[in-house]
Amino acid sequence: MNALYSLLFVFLLVLIPLFGVDAAHMRTFFGVCIPTTAFIIFIIGFIYKVVTWGRSAVPFRIPTTGGQFQSFDPELFKQNKLDCPQTGAQTFFRMVLEVFAFRSLFRNTAVSLHEGKDHPVVAYKSSKWLWLFAITFHYSFFIIALRHLRLFLEPIPFLPVGALEFVDGILQIGAPVMYLSDLGLVAGVVLLLSRRLINPRINYISYVSDFFPLFLILSIALSGIYMRYYAKVDIIAIKELTMGLVTFHYVVPEAITVSFFVHVFLVSVLMAYFPFSKLMHMPGVFLSPTRNLPNDSRAKHHVNPWNDPNIKAHPYAEYEEEFGVPMAEVGLPLDNPENGVPHDETKA
Amino acid sequence: MSDIPKADELFKSIDYNPPLSGWMETPVDFSPGHWCYPAKPEKIAYMDKELPGLWGEPRQWLPSDADWKLPPNWRETVVNGFRERLKKFRSLQLFMDICVRCGACADKCHYFIGSGDPKNMPVLRAELMRSVYRGEFTLAGKILSKFTGSRVMEEHVLKEWFIYFYQCTQCRRCSLFCPYGIDTAEMTMMARELMHLVGLNTNWIMEPVSNCNITGNHLGIQPHAFKDIVDFMVDDIEEVTGRRVKAPLNEKGHEILFITPSGDVFADPGIYTFMGYLLLFDYLDLDYTMSTYASEGGNFGSFTNNEVMKKLNAKMYAEAERLGCKWILGGECGHMWRVVHQYMDTMNGDTQWSGMTTPKSPITGTVFNTAAATKMLHITEFTADLIKHNKLKLDPSRNDHLRVTFHDSCNPARGMGLLEEPRYVLKHVCNNFFEMPPATIREQTFCCAGGSGLNTDEIMEIRLRGGLPRGNALRYVQEQHGVNLMACICAIDRATLIPLADYWAPGVTIAGTHELVANALVLEEGEVRTMDMRQEPLPGFEDEEDDWTPPTKEEA
Ligand code: SF4
Ligand code: SF4
Repeated sequence: MNALYSLLFVFLLVLIPLFGVDAAHMRTFFGVCIPTTAFIIFIIGFIYKVVTWGRSAVPFRIPTTGGQFQSFDPELFKQNKLDCPQTGAQTFFRMVLEVFAFRSLFRNTAVSLHEGKDHPVVAYKSSKWLWLFAITFHYSFFIIALRHLRLFLEPIPFLPVGALEFVDGILQIGAPVMYLSDLGLVAGVVLLLSRRLINPRINYISYVSDFFPLFLILSIALSGIYMRYYAKVDIIAIKELTMGLVTFHYVVPEAITVSFFVHVFLVSVLMAYFPFSKLMHMPGVFLSPTRNLPNDSRAKHHVNPWNDPNIKAHPYAEYEEEFGVPMAEVGLPLDNPENGVPHDETKA
Repeated sequence: MSDIPKADELFKSIDYNPPLSGWMETPVDFSPGHWCYPAKPEKIAYMDKELPGLWGEPRQWLPSDADWKLPPNWRETVVNGFRERLKKFRSLQLFMDICVRCGACADKCHYFIGSGDPKNMPVLRAELMRSVYRGEFTLAGKILSKFTGSRVMEEHVLKEWFIYFYQCTQCRRCSLFCPYGIDTAEMTMMARELMHLVGLNTNWIMEPVSNCNITGNHLGIQPHAFKDIVDFMVDDIEEVTGRRVKAPLNEKGHEILFITPSGDVFADPGIYTFMGYLLLFDYLDLDYTMSTYASEGGNFGSFTNNEVMKKLNAKMYAEAERLGCKWILGGECGHMWRVVHQYMDTMNGDTQWSGMTTPKSPITGTVFNTAAATKMLHITEFTADLIKHNKLKLDPSRNDHLRVTFHDSCNPARGMGLLEEPRYVLKHVCNNFFEMPPATIREQTFCCAGGSGLNTDEIMEIRLRGGLPRGNALRYVQEQHGVNLMACICAIDRATLIPLADYWAPGVTIAGTHELVANALVLEEGEVRTMDMRQEPLPGFEDEEDDWTPPTKEEA
């Protein structure tokens, strides 16, 4: 149901520029106003959110440790430097692997129950599918985004854009060059989507807001592919428009056809939606206190900005007053011997 | 425990397919057995005197009642408390925003594995809170509530929190597998703080908390009784070893303050571990003392809120100062060590007295720089160092009747990274050591399902369900290698793993690591032992006179 809603949404989104551009002739609106506004929302929203995170305190160091810590004897007990970092550099590498290789996800296992011979068996097996789907999807997306830089830069730098294009296009199928990342992106989204649809447990936890971005990205990818391989849009004209956007000399050349407006509109929706959604996991992963802190709080002092100095232990003096008499009876030493003298009830 | 199904039946009842109704529409079972008893009002009244404003009105109520007697302004209290904590904890704020519901954590929780209840999937457990965050604090959640899985705080939501945040042992296994390190344990801690504000709590947590504050330990053992128990143990040690050990209590002027969870003083089999410590220290002639005032290492405050956690932890430094100890040695305990390792110095570091020094073993001279800030050393680090320097004469064959495996407690494993030291110690004191399957040990270890204040009989079925992953791994090594003892380094484990093993792997006993050290420790040249620390005959070392066999028929 949630998936259907999302699909419907995206479908409606496609219709907007389709009619908007052709019927209403709002080319400047769709070519300039919408993308610019979306971009502004994206930047401001993104920064706002990250600043919000940054303004909450990190009172304690709470890294999840995934291996042996640095022991008193580093030879006897080898530290797992990546999963249990203790210095800034080690933590940095932990984060690099986390961000670029999805290391934690790589560890994923799947549980299953079996009837053993005479007793039940719980089995765990490595399950790398999600990792594979996710990494295909994210890298393809990333490469495609970088490739698009060619539309905004003049001259086009070889690194990384030209180089990427070369590697990406190495599998040349027909003309124009077929990009691996295009395939990867579509495959990645479709796989992630199917996982959400088919796996009952994942389906159970999925909202519209989980399906929507997937459908949206899929439609962006498909519209992009359509433009490039089928509609064969006028790249020169598009570059004129995009360069206009970044240099604030807005032009919308006549040669640009409607498929481009659809593509740009969908990308604009994605940009504007981004800061308000779970897509913010992208900047968020860098800030996660269970991953980006070294595990050193027994060795080094850290400050909790809101630590309350007024919270103190129950005073020993009161403890001794309360239990002094029986303590004295069993011979436990007392700070104040008077506490050990039985309270004379007649005096009270 | 009569109404608890047999292990096989329970196993068959697990179904990983979610129900047809959406999770927000699926009602919660409030029948007895699904929750722990709320705190006695006097315990709350006492804590409210100590730390005012954190507990709500003390009252008598039961989760099975329709009316939980929430204070009239409960909603504002919870929502405002939530807002406040979003500022105070980046973890909370971030984890509210970035979960992508990928489900990588879903089947990592022992409660889910053993129950199949989808709300025990860490992702959904956290969604119980996230949905409220979105509904109360985010624009998208407010306008698109249905599509973003948002809702506002309502009574049934809070009640659901009570059930499911007291069905999380804060073991952090889910966090290990999450691509963003989202730690459901952290959210559980926050949810519990919020529930405490309006008087939703459990007695099994609040009574220990107030006991720890008054008497120094969670069982409420008063100082003289504490001394009596220790004296008993000294007698028992003499019975086993012939050696009368020192057991200094509340004595000033010693170098080391030793603090262990009070579970080790009170109950089987923790007391054997405690006897192990005493024997070891006496053997080393260690300059140490214990304290009745700081007689609890386990920090029950960490199951309630930060304030109590800090307050209870503060006792350790306060007592080190009063007694003039230079550093603290800590016993085998799980939550105690998560608090010591990750929180102690940040909370209470500035209350250390000037005489404290980085722990240095008086026997080997090793300086433990890893504990330079807290001045607090884990006993397995201490013992491992002794063994490495050949300072202990050990006869591991005394443990030959034991086939041993090791249960990593969640907190030392995932909150600290203490994995190899206890194994090193174990491998030197027993000859038969076997690991459980890799997906169930070390950082991937499974919880005993009774941590974080859930170690109570009211919820035995839930605990046994949650104990399935650990129990099943244990059963595996029991069959493969004849394992008959599971060692651990946590006092809660020593209590909770017993019913767990009886249910899922009958025949396996539970012991602390230092119990086995004590068994193997050769006190003097040619020492003969006929009993282990439990005063059971040591197979292969029986006293000849004890070896009485009934006369056969012919002889008679
Ligand atoms: S693994 Fe992390 S991101 Fe994925 S559902 Fe669980 S908490 Fe969310
Ligand atoms: S912290 Fe442990 S008990 Fe809690 S949800 Fe995660 S895996 Fe389950």
